[in-house]
Amino acid sequence: MRKSVFGACVTVSMIAGLAVGAMTASADELINVGFAQVGHESDWRTASTKSCQDVFSEANGYNLSFVDCDNDEAAQKEAVRSFIEQEVDYIIIDPIIATGWDTVLTECEEAGIPVIVIDRTIDDSDKYVSWVGSNFKTEGLAAGEWLKAYAEKKGIEEINALVISGSTGASAQIGRSDGFAEVAEANGWNILDEQTGDFTEAGGQEVMESYCKSYEGKFNVVVCQNDNEAFGAMTAMDNAGVSYGPNGDVILISFDACTAGLEDVKAEKITADFECNPLAAPFVEEVIQQLEAGEEPEKEVYMVEHWYGLEDAIVDFEIDGEAQEMTVVTDEVIEAQY
Amino acid sequence: MTEKSFWKRVTGSGLLLPVMSLLLVMAVNIVFDILSGNNPFNFFMITLQQTTSNGSVLYGRIIDVLNRGSEAAILAIGMTLVVSSSAGTDISVGSVMSLCASFCCMLLAGYGVSSTNELAVPLVVGVLGGILMGSVCGAFNGTLVAYFRIQPMVATLILYSAARAVGLLLCNDLIVYVRNSSYAFFGSFLGPVPTPIVITAVCVAVITILLKKSALGMYIQSVGINAKASRISGLNSRRIMFLTYVLCGTFAGIAGIVASSRITSADSNNIGLYLEMDAILAVALGGNSLGGGRFNLAGSIIGAYTIQAITTTLYALGVSTTQAPVFKAIIVILIVAVQSEPVRAYMKKRRLARAAREGGAV
Repeated sequence: MRKSVFGACVTVSMIAGLAVGAMTASADELINVGFAQVGHESDWRTASTKSCQDVFSEANGYNLSFVDCDNDEAAQKEAVRSFIEQEVDYIIIDPIIATGWDTVLTECEEAGIPVIVIDRTIDDSDKYVSWVGSNFKTEGLAAGEWLKAYAEKKGIEEINALVISGSTGASAQIGRSDGFAEVAEANGWNILDEQTGDFTEAGGQEVMESYCKSYEGKFNVVVCQNDNEAFGAMTAMDNAGVSYGPNGDVILISFDACTAGLEDVKAEKITADFECNPLAAPFVEEVIQQLEAGEEPEKEVYMVEHWYGLEDAIVDFEIDGEAQEMTVVTDEVIEAQY
Repeated sequence: MTEKSFWKRVTGSGLLLPVMSLLLVMAVNIVFDILSGNNPFNFFMITLQQTTSNGSVLYGRIIDVLNRGSEAAILAIGMTLVVSSSAGTDISVGSVMSLCASFCCMLLAGYGVSSTNELAVPLVVGVLGGILMGSVCGAFNGTLVAYFRIQPMVATLILYSAARAVGLLLCNDLIVYVRNSSYAFFGSFLGPVPTPIVITAVCVAVITILLKKSALGMYIQSVGINAKASRISGLNSRRIMFLTYVLCGTFAGIAGIVASSRITSADSNNIGLYLEMDAILAVALGGNSLGGGRFNLAGSIIGAYTIQAITTTLYALGVSTTQAPVFKAIIVILIVAVQSEPVRAYMKKRRLARAAREGGAV
């Protein structure tokens, strides 16, 4: 009898303890997030990864399972399946390729796990909650509209532009080319030539070297679709005796605005640099918070991006009637950039 | 009379077709310039150009061909030797270039540093380290091919896929920038001449002297023609084959330094990308058989510049670079077809027939 009372007491206290334990656990239960990243091929990618690790930290109430897929599309789908097995609460994917996703995303849907796609797009399935990324066309439009305002300010009447584009067919290349070309057409500018530099410094150098000979003295604007191409173009223009930047004969426009790019803006080499924001995580967190609160997030979330220049290059311009704000490049801005 | 003997010498050396191909490619520019109302020899004009940072330098499309073709030409030297001795190709040279560039930049910047203006070690240490890394890779390939008797393509496939990845690892997965003017030297100018051209010239000179003054050239060819017979006649076939791979790796190292110095950074993902294919093509365009044995080094180097001339011509014509590979392919097909055995035999037959007819008339 005494034994059974004791046993009952122990049992009761254990159950109570379990209940208390379970309650405390649910109070600071972490949100489990799985992130299948493309790889680690560039500074931009590294910044994107770090942004996710910073935002989805335990301190912020998250438990992040991170998989670096090393540009292997099969590995990425496996990673997503492993997230389903782990029963995570949310899955973030930066898809290596745009197609072949429907089966995997259906599995996610059946498991009741919301998927958020970032940066690159998925073309053959819409079984995801939101896509968070850059609007490359807006970046191209921004470059164009900025150039229009800047040329007016400087009293430049004729624009003869040379474009060094990114890897042909990449969404960044298509968007930036289309955006800039749209403004160019509306204003009757001359786009003398557009050749690809494959987003590399060596590519930018070789294309610019050829441009300097083909269009000697005929161009006053060079548009490079990323900073690395701009670095190459600068070397080529140096070697051809062409002066560029805010004080030179040629206006040099670049995209990405990585640290090294902004340093060249500061050094008066690149006239204006248009950001491609790699820090998607804060926007993804916003989407997750909306879902947690039972709200419906937007299907497409565009990130806020910054347009950079030195004091002299700061002009007011609009994209589709929306006034844009530019950021002056200072040492602090460079320090804070990815 | 002397002219005729010169002509005979040229046709006899097997250089006629490679040189003709090169000239033909460049001739396209004359037609283009005439059609667009420019000076017909625009492509061939070399002028002195005042630069922003390097004083006055040689300037013109021909200089571009020589300059940009340097890496492929340097690789073609090593590739020719490898093809000759082992009847196989070293497909790892492009990746090895990237690895050597990464290793050099890692030494110069210090591990984990992604951008620097100061050199962590003396320039010489970094550059020689990079080139030495090439030799090590070459020795690895050479050991597999010569001593383990693994087929060259399979043996070099290992570094083809691994070297670039090792380079990324050395660079901590980042593009390492060495923004130091002393490192830029190898990709910029020596006086008025682009340094890569000078480096290529030195490489060609050194290897030519080595091949001509020693019996090495003959040894390599004899090993390539018949390794067994060479061994029986007292040559260490394996060591010679091994040596050609070490040389090939070393040249890949030099090419890697040049490519990296041009952009003063180690872009592991892109340096030397697909360049192994250009190097192999250069050997083929030079009239060399990929079946090994006899080789013609000058032909390979002309082949390398022919490939670059095609690229530079397409740039000059303003052909969209996305379509460039198509045109490149067409031109390469033509060149290779003209040099192929059946076409050559046909031409020879016609020549003989004509000679016989003329002989009969007299």
